[in-house]
Amino acid sequence: MSTQGVSGLLKGMPNVVSMGLASFTASIASQGARALHVEWAPPAGGDPAALEALDSLLPRAEMIRQANDRALQMMQDAQPVLVDIRPAREVIPGMSERTILHAGPPIAWEAMCGPIRGAVAGALVYEGKAADVADAERLAGSGKIIFSPCHHHCAVGPMAGVISPSMPVFCVRNETAGNMAYATLNEGLGKVLRFGANGPEVIARLKWMAGVLAPSLAKALKIAGGINIKNLIAQALLMGDECHNRNVAGTGLFLRAITPHLLAADVEKETTAEIFRFIAGNDHFFLNLAMPACKAAADTVKGLRGSTIMCAMARNGVEIGIRVAGLGDRWFTAPAGEPRGLYFPGFTAEDGCRDLGDSTITETAAIGAMAMAAAPAIVKFVGGAPSDAARYTLEMYEIAWGSHRDYQLPALDFRGTPAGVDIRKVVETGITPVINTGVAHQRPGIGQIGAGLLRASMNCFREALLVFAEHYGA
Amino acid sequence: MLLNIVIRNRYVDSVMLMSIAAEAKARGGVEEVSAMMGTDANKELLASSGLLAEEGRAAGPMDLVIAVRAAGEDAASGAAAALRDFLSRRPEAQPGGAGPAPRSLSGALQSMPDANLLFVSLPGAYARREAEAALGRGLHVMIFSDNVPIEDEIALKRKARGLGLIVMGPDCGTAIIGGVALGFANAVNRGPVGIVGASGTGIQEVSCIVSNAGMGITHAIGLGGRDLSEEVGGISMLQGIEALDADPETRLIVLVSKPPAQSVAAAVLDRAKNCSKPVVINFLKGDPAEAAKRGIPFSATLEDAALMAIELAGGPKRPAPVDSPALHAVAEEERRRLPAGRRFIRGLFSGGTLADEALIVLRAYIGECRSNTPLAPELKLSDPRRSDGNCILDLGDDEFTRGRPHPMIDFALRCERIVREAEDPGTGVVLLDVVLGYGAHLDPAGELVPAIRKARDSARGGIAFVASITGTDADPQNRARQQAALERAGVRVMETNACAARLAGLIASKGTH
Repeated sequence: MSTQGVSGLLKGMPNVVSMGLASFTASIASQGARALHVEWAPPAGGDPAALEALDSLLPRAEMIRQANDRALQMMQDAQPVLVDIRPAREVIPGMSERTILHAGPPIAWEAMCGPIRGAVAGALVYEGKAADVADAERLAGSGKIIFSPCHHHCAVGPMAGVISPSMPVFCVRNETAGNMAYATLNEGLGKVLRFGANGPEVIARLKWMAGVLAPSLAKALKIAGGINIKNLIAQALLMGDECHNRNVAGTGLFLRAITPHLLAADVEKETTAEIFRFIAGNDHFFLNLAMPACKAAADTVKGLRGSTIMCAMARNGVEIGIRVAGLGDRWFTAPAGEPRGLYFPGFTAEDGCRDLGDSTITETAAIGAMAMAAAPAIVKFVGGAPSDAARYTLEMYEIAWGSHRDYQLPALDFRGTPAGVDIRKVVETGITPVINTGVAHQRPGIGQIGAGLLRASMNCFREALLVFAEHYGA
Repeated sequence: MLLNIVIRNRYVDSVMLMSIAAEAKARGGVEEVSAMMGTDANKELLASSGLLAEEGRAAGPMDLVIAVRAAGEDAASGAAAALRDFLSRRPEAQPGGAGPAPRSLSGALQSMPDANLLFVSLPGAYARREAEAALGRGLHVMIFSDNVPIEDEIALKRKARGLGLIVMGPDCGTAIIGGVALGFANAVNRGPVGIVGASGTGIQEVSCIVSNAGMGITHAIGLGGRDLSEEVGGISMLQGIEALDADPETRLIVLVSKPPAQSVAAAVLDRAKNCSKPVVINFLKGDPAEAAKRGIPFSATLEDAALMAIELAGGPKRPAPVDSPALHAVAEEERRRLPAGRRFIRGLFSGGTLADEALIVLRAYIGECRSNTPLAPELKLSDPRRSDGNCILDLGDDEFTRGRPHPMIDFALRCERIVREAEDPGTGVVLLDVVLGYGAHLDPAGELVPAIRKARDSARGGIAFVASITGTDADPQNRARQQAALERAGVRVMETNACAARLAGLIASKGTH
């Protein structure tokens, strides 16, 4: 702010931001002054309703600024610590024996995409509620099962995001605010439940995870007294992960953190070896820790009056939905997008399900695609160069409220990751968040067929902004 | 004194911590500073160098330990606080400015957090929104755009005033801030003269005359054409005077504008009167009596204002207002070549204020001229596309620029009109302004000369061309080079616009003056 009045402008050369004719910017720069040209386009693409909404919020800018500053503060102050691993039914709020949780905004069984249907069927078989997949599908459609989004239960799930009552879940506590977040343990790649696969080997793996992996890790955790996931994320970012589509470093860091405690725990040596093999063989094991850590941070701002910060973004394979801190529990949805990316042999983009999963909680909480500059290896999914990785991140600053104090990007001179997506900036600039994602086959039971990149849909941001303006606008 | 501070659960890379600790130590006043994650190995290291206290000993491997040893408590806690500051310091943008161009003001401010001026040359309909946002972020604003509703101008200027900021414009073509030309402005010397002006070409003419006389400009603050209207109330003019009055480099102030609205004139003149430094006023077409009442020097033309400023700044004294024998001789020479019927002046201007100044100057030589922007309504040309008698045209006026670039950038209309005027057997003198500087065409003479040659041919040589150049040798176009090119084409190039008008007047008035 100008503390010197107009005289402040007359001290030395001006530092100029210029929008309009580029030749003027060049003239100013040619005289040795600093001049930055804005690639300006009509705000909100000239959409009159959106512009009106933005304008109606201008007189509220100060209130919003305070709310957003507070939101960013709470999100970066969160200290998510993995404290336990327990069956979902014991810890997840509102989880009944008939409940199945799924990714994304709410959706009825009939409308669900293939991978979620496949995962639901697999989960019912796994729970012993159905004899086989066909039986499970009948049960799912019978009305006896309650379907609910993970996000409504302090939980998040990658891809199909299916959580059934007896599945073990990571319990992450935000030690700053005391709130909890939950996610299942990562099964690995390929034919796995979260990509809609539900064959016998999938069920068998889930049984092993519930019977062997989870209780053993829980014993180790007890000895460890909890593991701070945020710190692992901060380190992983320095090691080439963005903690959404690349979790190699995070998985290694977790393994390093749990190893002494697992060895000290009352677990058979053979079992311990089996667990090491499982985690070491799954580069994405850490994803299911990063996600609840992000959820624990993002949930702190849900319902924060006056804040335009996005506090959830999730897809169910049919729709993408976002929530905005200042608008509480309400979802704003639009049709889910189609990722561009690389496919496993024998598959093409045609086979892919639309965008799916709660893993965009990472982008919501300042990692994932926001931190792409940390993970140049990721851009090979879209045939890009390492410089493209930095470019994605740099573009995201344009729609972020600030930068994260603790999540730093070495490639950008340790600048903090873009943190807190401001829906006003999204609508105004026309830039929507970039999403890193896996791709599931659109038919149930097949599994993952690739991974790639896409943009969140503008329409949910636009709708959210209109409602926000209705709520708070002048 | 040994001080340990533990920041729980804060992971920072060790190399980063070492460099920050070194920086904190370099501030001086302490014996040793260290910052480390509280791993057992690190704690051992701290202990062995006598830097581990009770608090640090209790830290875990994910906690950050700051350790300081200093002579006194203040020094220790000061160093610890500095280290925490360094820790929270983050670069706001990528060094070197690589990466995608910003797409919004807030995006730009992330890359340039110390920006203090937004320059807007967008379509007018979008100017308010961006300007408002900039004011909200503490930036001054210059709005080059026209077609901004006056209500928006009022709202913006009031808001700016409340925030201690200034809005130059809308429709502000010219400003020079801290030696940097913004919009259409010239590369002038730095010097003691400050300008506040509601007219872009007015500012250009005054600043160039001052600069070409070897003096210079501190700042030229633009206002936009409506600032001194009753509705806007001269908000930016008053702020501009205030700022230049307070500016230690500025020794005198020149105000350049059309006459303010009655209600505004008093406020502006009173403020000018209370200035701690001399003020020169040029309200083109204005009433000198109002200024005289307050003892403020009033100049009738831009040239006069500039010369007055030069004199006040310690330069040469203003010449007496009598045309020199040399000018008479030049006029005589040109006049001899004109056939009997060719006696009218046709002024083809790109700068509106320069056209106004010519109208005022010519009054003394040939009486009133017709114009599309006349001094009195009854002198308005019925069809600006057809000249009638003595005419001065502002080709930069809206009726000519709709749907085409400004004549300072695009010479097509002016060249076409030059040829057409020569075909009129009544045309004796074609009077031109040539405006150089940033934003203007890079070679105006190159555009004009072919049209002038063609015109001269069609008039069989029986036509005079008189021009002034508003510009300096430091301008991208180089004034001397432009002048030489025009003179090779037989154009009489004068030092100032007023002088060119006088020469044209002398030629056309057949020596009766």
